[in-house]
Amino acid sequence: MRKEYGNKVAVRKLSLTVPRGSIFGFLGPNGAGKSTSIKMLLGLVKPTSGEAFVLGERAGDVAVRRKIGFLPEHFRFYDWLTPAELLRLHGRLCGMAAAKLRERIPVMLDLVGLTPHRDKRVHDFSKGMMQRIGLAQALIHEPEIIFLDEPTSGLDPMGRRLVRDVIRAQRERGATVFLNSHLLSEVEVTCDNVAFLKDGEVVAAKDLHALGEAEVHVVVRARQLSPQAVAGLAPWTTAANVEGEQLTMTARSSDVLPDVVRHLAASGADIYSFIPERASLEDLFVRIMGEDRGL
Amino acid sequence: MGCWVMAGITFREAARKKILWTALLAGLGFLALFGIALHYQIEDFGAHSTAPFIRYQILSAMLMVGLYVVDLLAVVMTILTSVDTISGEISSGTIHAIATKPIPRWQILIGKWIGFVGMIAGFVALTFGGTIAVAYRMGGVMPENAFHGALLVFLECLLALSVTFMFGTWFSTLTNGVIVIGLHGLAFMGGWLEQMSGFTESARLVAVGVVTSLIMPSESIWRRAAFEMQTPLAGSLPFSPFANVSIPSPTMIGYAGFYLLVALGIAVYHFHWRDL
Repeated sequence: MRKEYGNKVAVRKLSLTVPRGSIFGFLGPNGAGKSTSIKMLLGLVKPTSGEAFVLGERAGDVAVRRKIGFLPEHFRFYDWLTPAELLRLHGRLCGMAAAKLRERIPVMLDLVGLTPHRDKRVHDFSKGMMQRIGLAQALIHEPEIIFLDEPTSGLDPMGRRLVRDVIRAQRERGATVFLNSHLLSEVEVTCDNVAFLKDGEVVAAKDLHALGEAEVHVVVRARQLSPQAVAGLAPWTTAANVEGEQLTMTARSSDVLPDVVRHLAASGADIYSFIPERASLEDLFVRIMGEDRGL
Repeated sequence: MGCWVMAGITFREAARKKILWTALLAGLGFLALFGIALHYQIEDFGAHSTAPFIRYQILSAMLMVGLYVVDLLAVVMTILTSVDTISGEISSGTIHAIATKPIPRWQILIGKWIGFVGMIAGFVALTFGGTIAVAYRMGGVMPENAFHGALLVFLECLLALSVTFMFGTWFSTLTNGVIVIGLHGLAFMGGWLEQMSGFTESARLVAVGVVTSLIMPSESIWRRAAFEMQTPLAGSLPFSPFANVSIPSPTMIGYAGFYLLVALGIAVYHFHWRDL
């Protein structure tokens, strides 16, 4: 899909597939077009060209919206309502019966930890509490796919853990979660797959479970390192460099590390430390997006 | 279904935010003021031994003034209470959580419209009916075709509401308010120009007045209502909002109804297709 606003291209080329039942992270720097992309998938914004299918139906159709839950980034609602009234309204808009709502609302308030605040008006809520009630309204009708736009941005550490647990629980019941977040550490521990959006275009997609099998950066402190021993690392590494007693190398995967250690020991090197450093999602993000030139 | 949920929430919003109660309080304040004015006028009649025929005509004219104020108040209340409902929710992002629910967008807009229609009906019934009740109870005067007049005032409010909704799907709250109040002011001016043209017998002034009424027919509806409700004495006053100099035809009322439907249709269409 592509979206233009006059001369400005908000989304250049959005092309991605999200596996059902997975937690999908949608990553990119500010202004990359993430929110516009989500809005197109939800039918809030019409694409200039292209089309998308959500759960096998055209994105934005009323039929598919019945199966969608959405927490907007800046969740705002009729703040003169109490949380229970707000959930009732959203449930009714989703076509839920009154009896079902009576049963479901206390469960949802309990899930997001707002039961003690059930009689307050939403305008008295903190940002974190707004985020929680927003999450509850997105889940009230047990949707098959949930779009969460920065769900943890206003939350304290306890709130973040709660959201993480809720997201995982949704996957366990078979739902798909589409997560847009800047908090890469959260994404790293929550998501199954990620896509990187840069300048309105998907530039990379990764399976995070396979990230551990990818290249590993290793720092070794050793003496008696011969040039032949370093050259002999080639079958297991893509790069190796010695500076004094420090050998830094990039191993092809964590599986080859025992072979590397055996090779160095057999070559007569005295190894004092051997520290593998797995590339974090943040490293990957920076590598794909490039450094922030604004600083 | 979605329509009624949105209508209900719109009505409740007005009640919870005290908009409804403030409007009703303003209406009651006006009724109290109108009653006091009538009371003093009736006392003066006693002091000056005014003839019953003159008394009746003056009180009828006062009633028409009261109904004219009700009309103005109702239109202004309609615009002020509804001006933010579409544009405000679009600019704040409140609409995002609503428009992603499984209801067509037209139901969101029409639901809100119905909510306001309910409130306006209550306001017009209270103030219009209240003014007539006060005048009848205190002075024994009653307008001609009161129910028909009330329906026309209600139609004028619905016209203002639909135009406010239409521009609300395009512009910010402030711009929308300026446009709609400006249009109503234009219609007001056009009405007076038509009245003057009848007095000065200027065909060109009539043309300007008619064109203005075609651009925004709200004032025409009031002048038709005034014509249908007033007594001959009030109607014979040359420069007044109730004068019989230039009476909008039933065709103009039909045009106003058509205008209302077109405005609402455009609002639905544009709200359906625009990005949120």
